Amino acid sequence: MQYSQKVMDHFMNPRNVGELTDADGTGTCGNPVCGDLMTFYVRISPRIDDLKKARIVDIRFKTFGCGAAIAVASMASEMAKGKTLSEVIEMSREDVADGLDGLPPIKMHCSNLGIQTIQEALKDYLTKIGRQDLAAKIKGCPKQEGKSTKANNK
Amino acid sequence: MIYLDYNATSPTDPRVVKTMTPYFYDISANPSSTHSAGYKARNAVDHARKNLADLLHSRIDEIYFTSGGTEADNIAIKGTAFAQEKRKKIITSAIEHHAVLTTCDYMQKFGYSIVEVPVDQYGIIDLEFLKTHIDENTLLVSIMHANNEVGTIEPIQEISKIAHRHGAIFHTDAVQTVGKIPVDVAAMEIDMLSLSGHKFYGPKGVGALVVRKGIRFDPLSHGGHHEGGKRAGTENVPGIVGLGKACEIAAHEMSADEKRLKKLRDRLWNGLNNKIPELKLNGHPDKRLANTLNFSVRYIEGESMLLQLDAQGICASSGSACTSGSLEASHVLLAMGVPHDMAHGSLRFSLGKFNTESEVDKVIQILPGIVEKLRVISPLYKHKE
Repeated sequence: MQYSQKVMDHFMNPRNVGELTDADGTGTCGNPVCGDLMTFYVRISPRIDDLKKARIVDIRFKTFGCGAAIAVASMASEMAKGKTLSEVIEMSREDVADGLDGLPPIKMHCSNLGIQTIQEALKDYLTKIGRQDLAAKIKGCPKQEGKSTKANNK
Repeated sequence: MIYLDYNATSPTDPRVVKTMTPYFYDISANPSSTHSAGYKARNAVDHARKNLADLLHSRIDEIYFTSGGTEADNIAIKGTAFAQEKRKKIITSAIEHHAVLTTCDYMQKFGYSIVEVPVDQYGIIDLEFLKTHIDENTLLVSIMHANNEVGTIEPIQEISKIAHRHGAIFHTDAVQTVGKIPVDVAAMEIDMLSLSGHKFYGPKGVGALVVRKGIRFDPLSHGGHHEGGKRAGTENVPGIVGLGKACEIAAHEMSADEKRLKKLRDRLWNGLNNKIPELKLNGHPDKRLANTLNFSVRYIEGESMLLQLDAQGICASSGSACTSGSLEASHVLLAMGVPHDMAHGSLRFSLGKFNTESEVDKVIQILPGIVEKLRVISPLYKHKE
């Protein structure tokens, strides 16, 4: 199975890798059992609950996973950076796959966790600022992968 | 390019290619034909059959040429099952190649119960489990000689004794051992053995099933009288000639190759293990093919490493789900009790006779940087610090 050039570019040179200290929101999806795990950190400005005005001004990620998972996280981070929260909530995993000129079918579900993980971080942000009601409306991590708040390390 | 994926396939030895070449055009008649051109082709097939019998210590009429290891495994399992009706149990192991496991699964359709013998942490078959589960209803015990992923060599002589005590047939998938270590079907009491040409410098698309006299099995393909009526279809003459030559070369060279490869492999492992923290060897420390090195790299995933290695011209393999075409990590590593994350983070380097010390040193030089780069972006690594 071969990846597109865009996937290989993002895999070999991932953008926005790392962590944010004092992030406004963090989210983790996937688990090491299925082979893909990612954590996103977002900084929001202005730090308000207006989804149409608050934007992701900075974003970082860490990924354990195959080439596709790393490329997906990198691409999703680029797509989400600078966008308003409502724009990011509207985004889908298909948008990320399209941005990468497609992913092999088997990678669409297991590895394509980038957008959901960013949305998970937005849930965390909204919860922290007391808007659990808004957070509850965001899907976040896909159900079958479960939601691990901490990367567990045996 | 540095090719370290010999357990997947090996390049064809140039001497093999040279031996095969005349059989595409100059000597291209059908071995079944009644004319001198046909006799030449027949003689070439017979000669190759003798090469195989010599290497494996079998009789010449115990060799059946096939399209490769997978077909040989299929004939061994389905062929023995379809030739009888009494016994309805097949025992295999949890770490077999899919050619055996998937075929066994299929046999459940025909009323067979399948028992998979577990393995220990090194990949060695649990003989006590085998002894308690084998009975007079067991038709076949099919256990591989050496595992393709981790290289662990199974005690097949003991296994065959246990099988025979209960009147069961013993089959072994010896695709990873024939041409690499001595195999003696008579001394090891092997009833059926599968082998494949391209794993030991022969051509792809040809292999053989060795069946000891007296073992009954039905053919899977019906047609002409080829291969004693057990495998119909005009013989792949160039392939068979190439396989014969590969056997002849192996008989002379495999012992020296094995010694050299073990040194190279241990140099690779020691070099990597000294430079990269938190590696874990997979497979048996000693009872292991001399060319095979499988280890897990903590906190990172195998396919990522493969892609990075490939970008620097190094070909290897991994037991990660990402490389399997399924969503599951290697069934072999999981059966050995390797945790999921460590199975996803496994790498296999399998060496062959065309590898050199400088190639191994290049890998020792390149892999630590790749591991470091991927660990830095791994969320699992962070939590360790």
